[in-house]
Amino acid sequence: MKKDQESTPSSTSTGGGATTAMRVIVPLQGVVQGRGGLILGSVIPCALFYFFQLYLKRNRSKGGSGENSPPPPPARSPSGTHLQESSPLQRVQSRSLLSPRGGGSSGPAPLLASRADSIAKQADGPYYVGLKRVSEDPYDGSSNPDGVIQLGLAENRLSLDLVQEWLAENAKESILGQDMSISGIATYQPFDGLMELKVAIAGFMSQVMDKSVSFNPSQIVLTAGATPAIEILSFCLADPGNAFLVPSPYYPDLDRDVKWRTGVEIIPIPCRSADNFCLSTTALDRTFNQARKRGLKVRGIIISNPSNPVGNLFNRETLYSLLDFATEKNIHLISNEILAGSTHGSEDFVSLAEIIDSEDFDRTRVHIVYGLSKDLSLPGFRVGVIYTFNENVLAAAKKLARFSSISAPSQRLLISMLADTKFIHLFMKNNRERLERMYNAFVTGLKQLGIECMKSNGGFYCWMDMSGLIRSYNEKGELELWDKLLSVGKVNVTPGSSCHCIEPGWFRLCFTTLSENDIPVVMDRIRKVSEICKSRS
Amino acid sequence: MRLVVPLQGVVQGRGGLILGSLIPCALYYFLQFYLKRRRSPPPPPPSSPRSPSTSSVNLADLPRSSSRLSLSTRGSIGRVHVSARASSIAKPNTSPYYIGLDRVRGDPYDPVQNPGGIIQLGLAENRLTLDLIEEWLSKHMNEAVLLGGVDGGLSISGIAPYQPSDGLMELKVVMAGFMTQVMGGTVSFNPSQLVLTCGATPAVEILSFCLADQGNAFLVPTPYYPGFDRDIKFRTGVELIPVHCRSSENFVPSIAALDQAFNQAKKRGQKVRGILITNPSNPVGNLLSREILYNLLDFARERNIHIISDEIYAGSVYGDEEFVSMAEILDSEDFDKDRVHIVYGVSKDLSLPGFRVGAIYSFNEYVLASSKKLARFSSISAPTQRILVSLLSDSGFVQDYLQTNKQRIRRLHDLFVLGLEQLGIESTKSSAGFYCWVNMSRLISPYNEKGELELWEKLLDIAKINVTPGSACHCIEPGWFRCCFTTLDDTDVGVVVDRIRNIVETCKSPA
Repeated sequence: MKKDQESTPSSTSTGGGATTAMRVIVPLQGVVQGRGGLILGSVIPCALFYFFQLYLKRNRSKGGSGENSPPPPPARSPSGTHLQESSPLQRVQSRSLLSPRGGGSSGPAPLLASRADSIAKQADGPYYVGLKRVSEDPYDGSSNPDGVIQLGLAENRLSLDLVQEWLAENAKESILGQDMSISGIATYQPFDGLMELKVAIAGFMSQVMDKSVSFNPSQIVLTAGATPAIEILSFCLADPGNAFLVPSPYYPDLDRDVKWRTGVEIIPIPCRSADNFCLSTTALDRTFNQARKRGLKVRGIIISNPSNPVGNLFNRETLYSLLDFATEKNIHLISNEILAGSTHGSEDFVSLAEIIDSEDFDRTRVHIVYGLSKDLSLPGFRVGVIYTFNENVLAAAKKLARFSSISAPSQRLLISMLADTKFIHLFMKNNRERLERMYNAFVTGLKQLGIECMKSNGGFYCWMDMSGLIRSYNEKGELELWDKLLSVGKVNVTPGSSCHCIEPGWFRLCFTTLSENDIPVVMDRIRKVSEICKSRS
Repeated sequence: MRLVVPLQGVVQGRGGLILGSLIPCALYYFLQFYLKRRRSPPPPPPSSPRSPSTSSVNLADLPRSSSRLSLSTRGSIGRVHVSARASSIAKPNTSPYYIGLDRVRGDPYDPVQNPGGIIQLGLAENRLTLDLIEEWLSKHMNEAVLLGGVDGGLSISGIAPYQPSDGLMELKVVMAGFMTQVMGGTVSFNPSQLVLTCGATPAVEILSFCLADQGNAFLVPTPYYPGFDRDIKFRTGVELIPVHCRSSENFVPSIAALDQAFNQAKKRGQKVRGILITNPSNPVGNLLSREILYNLLDFARERNIHIISDEIYAGSVYGDEEFVSMAEILDSEDFDKDRVHIVYGVSKDLSLPGFRVGAIYSFNEYVLASSKKLARFSSISAPTQRILVSLLSDSGFVQDYLQTNKQRIRRLHDLFVLGLEQLGIESTKSSAGFYCWVNMSRLISPYNEKGELELWEKLLDIAKINVTPGSACHCIEPGWFRCCFTTLDDTDVGVVVDRIRNIVETCKSPA
């Protein structure tokens, strides 16, 4: 580079045919005087600057700490002269010295990926802290009556008895088949799920959505749970640094599902209690424009319908305007409908699939996530669904399913279970009834304590307003109350801040892991905490 | 003058250097910035003239039909983008490995129903001992699925609700025991160092996520298992650098070659974060000796990089050689264990690829911590875990199974190799795995990849057998093929040999 710099005067002077040597030698003069030289005047220094940067960059990548790493001074060991980056330790010693590195116990610690490091070290939010506390000291009516009651995990145990009954009768036949075929479960199966299961699940989905829409099995990719389904979609729809818009409050796991490995960002669209936490198009528009101003590329919107954690449903009108918005901005729309069959109110659930069925929208931007964890109460089975109208996404997702395949015995089991329409019908009916009864009992109990919940029509939880009980109206006050509920009241709930809720004082309480006898216990415990809070203020 | 024309200063050796380079650079950057901003808003929707009204009026109040009208005007340009990585993944397969597998799926051989179909020698799957598994399952299935509880009661809560995403502790315990048994009882595994995943495929991917960042690389001795290209490169952004092994050295990796590859990578500015080996090797089927393992560890320590040892075939060793696990080496010496990670699974040694059960065994607590968290994307279905807990707890069965399995693989291997020898085709000596590594370089006409692929195509189209060409495994020498024989029975072997004989004759006659 330096040579270039020195040679520029002479080389350009020959080409310039200059009247004054001055102009050629000092190119910028041209700019000033309004004559030629503009290009040279900007290109040459820029080139120099770039080479300089390049030089610095190469230099830096070689020597972790210092500028001049090349000559490895003292230790010359037989097989190589270059030292591994950022382990400036001499190799010969590295064998004997087992503790040279910042307290580490074993030699120069092999480097880890920075992404892994952040995942490993990331402090768990209250959502995960609470779950952990419960797993260490779980409540049990008889054996551990002082344990922590789990209201933080969206899991439905209300109808497990039905599943158990069915399994006890059918497990063996369904896994091994009538003709006892081992090759259907032991050998390699398609990574994206057995076609038989796709057909069964497509049927189940349309049953869950009240037959208002039919699903095409060949547009389905099966994954080991909805968690990888969302991650795979994120991989397919956005590149690192791109972003999805998500109406908040949203369920806490979404941060991990979308952000951890894909490098995709989530931008919350704040929803307010004044709107019943329904998405407003003005907020959507504003968030989109703000993101764009920050230079972020928004690649889609992720909604959960029925919403998690609020439990309300998107109405037809909102879905239409979301689709309009997505079309106008040319972005994707992911609708997580995993709770579609777990509605308990009077309102009708409307699937996004139904909307695009009914009108002439561009379907390639619509992707639906489903699974059997909620509606069949089988989260342990790890069965998730991507339903997409986009061929490229379908092709890529099928290939990526190699990392998240469902075990074949479970697939066989589910094929028989879903084929048993009588059972499924019975299950769905009973489950909804039980869900509704529990919801009513729980909400009534809270009301008696003077605590209101947002009206909800779906899901395993209610969205509870405790803002009257928090000492300072902010996140700190909310987390103090959460801590009190966990440590004193011994109930684990999910604070709104874990769900990125913009208003403090809201909590998600999942009631479907309880039995009806547990409800008075929960209410007593919440009463105790609320009395403490009131007495202080 | 000097201020107005800053570069003059440079020439004259006096000041102005900074201004002279900063000012044009700043101008240039602003120009770039300006261009970028103009470019970054996505192609403004055709309805842009209307857009002022859009923002002033509440969007919901807009007549919906208007924006839908724009759909038609947008036509092809309005196609929604998928991510760059997805569009490269979605492209049709180009590797002969996957093309062959697809072809077999379309027209699979069956001696009765489809005798003219394609015989699968491309998929490393073992069907020789499935009868034993079937027998066990048919006896124990009901209890296995539902008897999760300690009390022996029927327990739905062991399978239906959420379970730890990195696997049930019960399964980790029996899995650790099984690994010990498979490796000849020479080394014991600590269940708390295990992370269970749905197959070895995500195990390898999760390790890649944990050990290397985007743009970093792993050294991989070639020929290597074709699936690695997908397992590692699809999503992690990590590169694989092939380290070529040669037939003259029995395809055993040499430290010199590793060294060379490492240095070359470094010169290119690429950071090497680890070595990925398969032991027993896939596709060659040989074992890495104790000495080589020590050398690899030394190399890894010198370079301060990781070692991933994929030992998924550890229990499918049928030769006389002894298999040595990396874990055994670590146990015996005071190596720093932080850099060693072992991949295992039940797909090969228990012939249960459909169960999707893989394992990461790591000594590095950070890798363990992050793998456990990442296992949320690759959890194993609980009923399967329960079945395996029962199956692996039945140590008598497992013992019998492993022994019988080895005998049957060995018998078929000998039969297959003998058949090929009668055609004058040699294989490398192998002691493990479901395949042999066959040298057909004599049969290819230009001695290069093109000739190899021509022969592969001939085998697939004319002889109707699907084998994996060496080039799919990044083998540097042309003419080698991986043939998996464990999906065959005795009579099939005869059919395969006959079909290859046809090709051998057509290859020889023109030459």
